Amino acid sequence: MFAYLVKRVFQAIAVMFVISLIGFAIQDNLGDPLRELVGQSVSEEVRQELRDELGLNDSFLTQYLRFAGNALQGDLGTSYFFKEPALDVILKKLPATMELVLGATIIIIGLSIPVGVYTAIYPNTILSRIVMGVSIIGISIPVFLTAILMIFVFSVEYGWFPSYGRGEIVHVFGPWETNFATVDGWMHILLPSVALASIMLPLFVRLIRAEMMEVLQSEYVKYAKAKGIRPWRIYFVHALKNTLLPVITVGGVQIGTMVAYTILTETVFQWPGMGFMFLEAVNRVDTPLIVAYLIVVGFIFVVTNTIVDLIYGLVNPTVNLARMGA
Amino acid sequence: MSSLSTPTEPSRWSRVWNSNIGYSFRRNPVAIVSLMIFLLIAIMSIFAPLIAPFDPYDLGQIDIMNSEYPPLWVDGSDAQFILGTDDQGRDLWSTILYGTRLSLLIGICAVVLQAFLGISIGLIAGYVGGRTDSLLMRLADIQLSFSTLMVAIIFLAVTQAMFGSETFNQYAIYFLIAVIGVAEWPQYARTVRATVLAEKKKEYVDSARVLGFGPGRIMVRHILPNSLSPIFVISTVQVANAIISEASLSFLGLGMPPSQPSLGSLISSGFDYIFSGSWWITAIPGIVLVVLVLVINLLGDWLRDALNPKLYKG
Amino acid sequence: MSLLSVRDLSVKFAMRDNTVTALNQISFDLAKGERLGIVGESGAGKSITGFALMNLLSRPGFIDSGKIMFLGDDIVQMPEAKMRNIRGNKMAMIFQDPMVTLNPVLTIGQQMVETLMAHRKLSKAEAEQIAIVKLREVYIPSPEDRLEQYPHELSGGMRQRIVIAIALLLDPQLIIADEPTTALDVTIQADIMELLLELCQSNKVGLILITHDLGVVSQMTERTLVMYAGRIIEAGRTREIINDPQHPYTQGLINALPQQTKPGQRLKQIPGSMPSLTAIPKGCPFSPRCEFVKDRCHTEAPETVQYANVEVACHEVNRLHTDKAEEIKA
Repeated sequence: MFAYLVKRVFQAIAVMFVISLIGFAIQDNLGDPLRELVGQSVSEEVRQELRDELGLNDSFLTQYLRFAGNALQGDLGTSYFFKEPALDVILKKLPATMELVLGATIIIIGLSIPVGVYTAIYPNTILSRIVMGVSIIGISIPVFLTAILMIFVFSVEYGWFPSYGRGEIVHVFGPWETNFATVDGWMHILLPSVALASIMLPLFVRLIRAEMMEVLQSEYVKYAKAKGIRPWRIYFVHALKNTLLPVITVGGVQIGTMVAYTILTETVFQWPGMGFMFLEAVNRVDTPLIVAYLIVVGFIFVVTNTIVDLIYGLVNPTVNLARMGA
Repeated sequence: MSSLSTPTEPSRWSRVWNSNIGYSFRRNPVAIVSLMIFLLIAIMSIFAPLIAPFDPYDLGQIDIMNSEYPPLWVDGSDAQFILGTDDQGRDLWSTILYGTRLSLLIGICAVVLQAFLGISIGLIAGYVGGRTDSLLMRLADIQLSFSTLMVAIIFLAVTQAMFGSETFNQYAIYFLIAVIGVAEWPQYARTVRATVLAEKKKEYVDSARVLGFGPGRIMVRHILPNSLSPIFVISTVQVANAIISEASLSFLGLGMPPSQPSLGSLISSGFDYIFSGSWWITAIPGIVLVVLVLVINLLGDWLRDALNPKLYKG
Repeated sequence: MSLLSVRDLSVKFAMRDNTVTALNQISFDLAKGERLGIVGESGAGKSITGFALMNLLSRPGFIDSGKIMFLGDDIVQMPEAKMRNIRGNKMAMIFQDPMVTLNPVLTIGQQMVETLMAHRKLSKAEAEQIAIVKLREVYIPSPEDRLEQYPHELSGGMRQRIVIAIALLLDPQLIIADEPTTALDVTIQADIMELLLELCQSNKVGLILITHDLGVVSQMTERTLVMYAGRIIEAGRTREIINDPQHPYTQGLINALPQQTKPGQRLKQIPGSMPSLTAIPKGCPFSPRCEFVKDRCHTEAPETVQYANVEVACHEVNRLHTDKAEEIKA
């Protein structure tokens, strides 16, 4: 177990190293920090001096090591636009994005498992057929279009829900302000969460249904029936756990996609999260903020993937974590 | 050799029609309708320059005074513009035809690139085995754990910032094909590799080797045909996904520019106007996009059921 | 009273446009504590018979007609809840491949305890005690520790012992064992069979052993059914069937046994192969492969007749023993 953990952490560090290299390369090639600092009116001599002072004439390796060392201490540079440490800017935006992801995840997990299981157990009922029909339409509508459609229907036409922003938020601690404390907050987060969940939910329903149907055909399910086990126990104890194992792996991969979709959702709903901020930073060529976003998002990917792998190992008895570490 | 390998052309079509695939196709109205709609959209977009009443790329034909005319069936429309006009006064019908053409072109080219990369890597990994194999598959794992869309967004954002919008817009179509094409190879690689490993054990591969055929020939002539049905199934779904990715990127302003819009950029430029009531600039291209992706997904579903290939899971 | 009495049982499979017959009006009886072998090639309908007795045919298969009287009740007509109470309780089943029979994500203990608790009001601790006793009966070392283990931690032979222990948990009247050793290593096949025989004898449990191996049948069972293309073509005491088979197919099976062949001699095989269920020949299904075939074999299905101590379905039973046949007539 411990050896596996160490191995997995090493792999995560290797991936983070590559991401930091990419981040540094972007930093190095995109935009001129001198222009941001002093403008264009300064003489070439002063520029060279400043370059030396800032270490911009050092070798690539020295510069990278300095970049990585600073990054490890939480210094990802200063945003040109906000004139604040880039990491601080992002951390301020992080809770908004995380709450959106949380909302969507709750919708996905809460609905996909019961719906997927139902359609697998009763594949021929009218309800199952409707669900499958709706789900293929669901995976065919891009997230941003669902978001626009919802705004058009629920905000513009009926005016039931607000179309932009977080609404009334309550400070919890540090940079974390929550939507879940007030009715207005809930009203604001509902549409974006549904939009974010809209393409992933049908994907998971179909995945769970397909896996469950395969498991229900297996010998061990037949054997459980031959032992006289009640159907609900067969479905939820014998079959569901085996169904969810491959779903966990896919889920880990989909977390990355979900973060990408937050950029789309946040753009449509003008949700003040990291994704919205990132697009603004791109338009302003705010290099430190772009690089900081890349590194923070890369970090989130690596951490969640590692955690998902570990959970998979713990849940699946046939994976021997001790042996995999060797 | 060549006289043995390929059957004559005319019999092939009727063979396909009478095979299991043909039978299951004829019995499936959803598949028939989907294919017909897909072909209709494809043909119309291929012949867009002939069908479209206006050239949306020709600035001389655009008059800002014509902007935001609604479609014909809505009050205040102009008879010239069947589906109305967009915010710049372009004929929406013509713009959608050209936009669909771009979306389809990018989607298909990106998938061809994915398939080329993935199949090559999968064949090499499976055939060579050993360290090469584990290294390539490890790379595939890592690549898969980063979502395509995320990689594409960051790559395009940085490229755009680096080259400036003007240069970027000029080459946007190539960037889009490249980034969507490169990011999704592991799907193909894993499936092809699994088939190679399964086929490698079989006797005919051995006998081909004994006959003195090189690895390249064995892979292309003997192993690849056995991977075709999973490749078909993956490709259909991938085209649908690539079209969605392209639309999403263009919607974010990281893809096709408004002067040369794909369906995604058209929706994006219309989005600013839905609050003022000009819903059609967003809604009509949106519907075209959804119908296009939906029929491809439905065909993919049917193909999966009909061919029932072993797809790589997990 | 017999434990099990099957009458004219037919099983069909629903295909795209029509149905095919997988079991064609089979009938047999089993007395309490009796051991019956069902032999035949794969596709003969042996396993389908086993699952039909459990009323566990998976779609598209279904029982078309007939009766399965078990302990005085007809399983075919029985409501699902009552049938569920019989499965694993009065009638237990041992599956073919122990590597895929046990659920990979549940411990041995969970899979044993749930079986007991499905049929009896017991606490978990009481159930575990019974499980340990049964594991000991199948000679599993340190049974207490096994309860905590997952199937993948055990060998195939060990897993099949556990499946046998689960079959015995509720002291059933009948065990249906479907090729219980085919998936196992040759070296342990005999051990498992011996164990099964010993346990059936000492617990007075009825056994239906489904196998393609006539040698196993001769060691394990008292009576034998020979199946071909969904029909019983010969039935009787195992000793009679092995020593004096009457149906040309059974004779072929026995002649094909390696023991019947002298060293250096070729194995005598029955020419041809069993027809698929969609293309069963008219008349006697064995007719295309039969060396004694006559015209009416192609048109008329043979009735089952009593002949020389066995029941046999063949038009030409008296082909070799004309004298014997006349004896019976007289």
